[in-house]
Amino acid sequence: MTARRLLTAVVFVVPVAFFAVFFAVPAVTLVTTGLRGGGAWELGEVGDVLGSASTRRVAWFTLWQAAVSTAATVALALPAAWIIGRVHMPGRALFSAVMVVPFVLPTVVVGTAFLAVLGADGPVRTVGSSFGLDIDLRQSATAVIIAHVFFNYAVVARTVGAAWLAVDPVTEEAARTLGASRWRAFRDVTLPQVRPALAGAAAIVFLFTFTSFGVVKILGGPRVATIEVEIHRVTTQLLDLRTAAVLSLLQLAAVIAALALYRRAGRRRGIGRLRAGRSVLRRAVGWERAVVAGTLLSSGLLLGVPIATLAWRSIDTAGGPGLGYYRALDTVGRGTVAFVPPTEAIRNSLVFGFAAATTALVVGGLAALGIHRLGGRARGFADSSLMLPLGTSAVTVGLGFLIALDEPPLDLRTSPVLIPAAQAIIAIPFVIRTMLPAMEAIPSRLREAASSLGASPWRVWTSIDARLLRRPALVAYGFAFAISLGEFGATVFIARADAPTVPVAIFRALSQPGALNIGQAMALSTILLTMTTIVMVVVDRVGDARVGGF
Amino acid sequence: MTARSRLLAILAALALALVACGDDDGAAPTGGGDSSTTSASSEEGERITLVTHDSFNVSESVFETFTDETGITVEVLPSGDAGSMVNQAILTKDDPQGDVLFGIDNTFLSRALDEDLFVAYESSALDRVPEEVQLDDEHRVTPIDTGDVCLNYDKAALEEAGAEPPQTLADLTDPAYEGDLVVENPATSSPGLAFLLATIDEFGQDGWQQYWEDLAANDVEVTAGWEEAYYGSFSGAADSDGDRPIVVSYASSPPAEVIFAEETPDEAPTGVVIDTCYRQIEFAGILANTEHEAEAQELVDFMLSDTFQSDIPLNMFVYPVTDVELPEAFVEYGAEAEDPYLIDADEVAENREAWIEEWTDIVLR
Repeated sequence: MTARRLLTAVVFVVPVAFFAVFFAVPAVTLVTTGLRGGGAWELGEVGDVLGSASTRRVAWFTLWQAAVSTAATVALALPAAWIIGRVHMPGRALFSAVMVVPFVLPTVVVGTAFLAVLGADGPVRTVGSSFGLDIDLRQSATAVIIAHVFFNYAVVARTVGAAWLAVDPVTEEAARTLGASRWRAFRDVTLPQVRPALAGAAAIVFLFTFTSFGVVKILGGPRVATIEVEIHRVTTQLLDLRTAAVLSLLQLAAVIAALALYRRAGRRRGIGRLRAGRSVLRRAVGWERAVVAGTLLSSGLLLGVPIATLAWRSIDTAGGPGLGYYRALDTVGRGTVAFVPPTEAIRNSLVFGFAAATTALVVGGLAALGIHRLGGRARGFADSSLMLPLGTSAVTVGLGFLIALDEPPLDLRTSPVLIPAAQAIIAIPFVIRTMLPAMEAIPSRLREAASSLGASPWRVWTSIDARLLRRPALVAYGFAFAISLGEFGATVFIARADAPTVPVAIFRALSQPGALNIGQAMALSTILLTMTTIVMVVVDRVGDARVGGF
Repeated sequence: MTARSRLLAILAALALALVACGDDDGAAPTGGGDSSTTSASSEEGERITLVTHDSFNVSESVFETFTDETGITVEVLPSGDAGSMVNQAILTKDDPQGDVLFGIDNTFLSRALDEDLFVAYESSALDRVPEEVQLDDEHRVTPIDTGDVCLNYDKAALEEAGAEPPQTLADLTDPAYEGDLVVENPATSSPGLAFLLATIDEFGQDGWQQYWEDLAANDVEVTAGWEEAYYGSFSGAADSDGDRPIVVSYASSPPAEVIFAEETPDEAPTGVVIDTCYRQIEFAGILANTEHEAEAQELVDFMLSDTFQSDIPLNMFVYPVTDVELPEAFVEYGAEAEDPYLIDADEVAENREAWIEEWTDIVLR
């Protein structure tokens, strides 16, 4: 047993070190700096901040909008997960790839697209008024929730879809043969098997929406704020680190409570039986076709309309449809310090994406392996701790980097390593949430059978574990890549002089008036969404080809 | 058996981790010389770092000139918006990220001076700079440019509605402009704060509250930031979806609309209400604890030179502080307020939080 513990400890070395350097130390340093103020601990003010009416209002809004956003995302994306996991249809791979696009688009750009859709002459109001309704969703909590579903749809659909794909339909079929209704067979047989993935995806969506920043600022209007928005405001506008520290702790406490709830929900583990060999996908029949059609229609409206709006605007020049804005990318501002050649921005985005996704997969994969080996309380603790970065204020961590990582041997403040590392920290929880359920679903019988047939341990690992984990690993890799491609918020506090990415170029274009500037932002966004679609299609293709051969 | 298989798996994964980490270092971009760090030249000269905000921009040739003249290479380090930049600089004061900081404005100035962020330097080029923008008597900061935050209006939309453009702040409470104005939240936006300060300067400590009550009654819209107000709600921006013809933006926005138009129009599509402008002054300061104080001083001098000053308007869309010639588009379509609103930096620092609180109570609740 001691040897086993030692091994587990060894597995955790890399994730724990990574987590400490790039998350825990910076966050703790900044919170401590804030609370200590002039040098002495000043805890009296903690109560003042927590007790104020404004804090209560902000905390309540943060909580309820996150809960509603999560429920809405799960409800709308679950049928899409079923399509990914069960239905054979033309364009399935593209459907699964395109839904990741919203995830990478910068919130300012999506906000602009949503303002166009919800705006004065937008389709929502136009359609509404033809029914005699005045639907004005601008600056409302409803707009925030719709945008949250838009952003997080793929998290639920793809994570749960991958788990669904791994469930052997034979058990469900057996239940049906024994007389169970379809619903009962789904509820008692399939659902428990995808439940860990579903709980994990819902937890991630909750954390993302709980700490939502850009969407709330742009679409919610000035009357609503999340704790994250408030932390950003008191930090950058008022330079009030003490209030920021208290709010960060409040956010952290709420996130820990949410994670505890999630652990209870996800505790019942899947009954673990991975498919072996035959394809689980089949054509939709009967009423299933209605579900497929309904899902495609609703996702088309929800995801397709804003994306199409962006793409259209990138070619909608004064002289009719054309590539003028794309040409402007390479000419306007050339010869100035802030000019970013589009090819260079794309290259930087891809290089950071590769570095961040690889780091996240290795560190997150090791963490998942370690958690898989743990039992009891330690397991829950490790599992939740590694999700904390999703629930921690990006401002806090970003500023923490600056003051905690400024001395050798860790003088990383302006190091190019810092950006992919910060992105990997956000992506690691995805990797764990995708890999862990898959690891747990591998029946030990399979390994034992292989061993008893004379396979060496290495052979057992490569032919069983590695093969069964390849698909979840690719799903995780794809997500990590997408997070990195679109990431702007978390690295906003990291100086990034020498490697502007596509989102950075988008922000620069959006910061000045003029048709060519907004046009360039739209063109860059379209480039970003095209890159994402290509990356996701390739990742899915590779995954299918390899796993299918098993 | 199982334990051994796990061990192998772990060793493999660790090896992979090491390889991947190695890769990361190698693969991370080392900087495209043409876009970021300026001046390809000189290993022999000193390098200094200019900490600034994300809106900073100059022609690359400008810093090349500086390098040719002094042998010093300048690296630019953008650090978020103006507020984030100042905050970062204060937090890293003992071990600064650079040598010169540029882009701190008069609304953040007091805080930085209280924190002893800068060392004093009185540039000999200051005699070309008007007295009224030299806000610090001890010369810990040097004014570099000024920008006016003013109301902009959509010429076509107002004409179509048969309305005249407003002339003063007071005009905006006229029912003729009901539902016409969009402003930014002063709690989250720098032009939003500047506009609030303009109204406080105009109507006084005890009068501005009533003015904002009237604006609220006249259906003013508030957005979180400039992008949402200008591109989302203002009808005069290119490709706009907005329906409000009056917005809080900059005096340089009409020239920008012309310069960045797809086909240069004869006339700017938007106009500036010149008597509503609040002046923002951007300063440069030498960061305390720099190891390159002499070189930093040379950079500050250079930022007041004709080369740098005349490059400012078309790249940052603000006005130079010296009397260099302005580009044609600025002369033709821009407007510089003769007597803009301006509140003393210390007074702003002292009251800022309370004013914003009070404003929030009046307008947003």
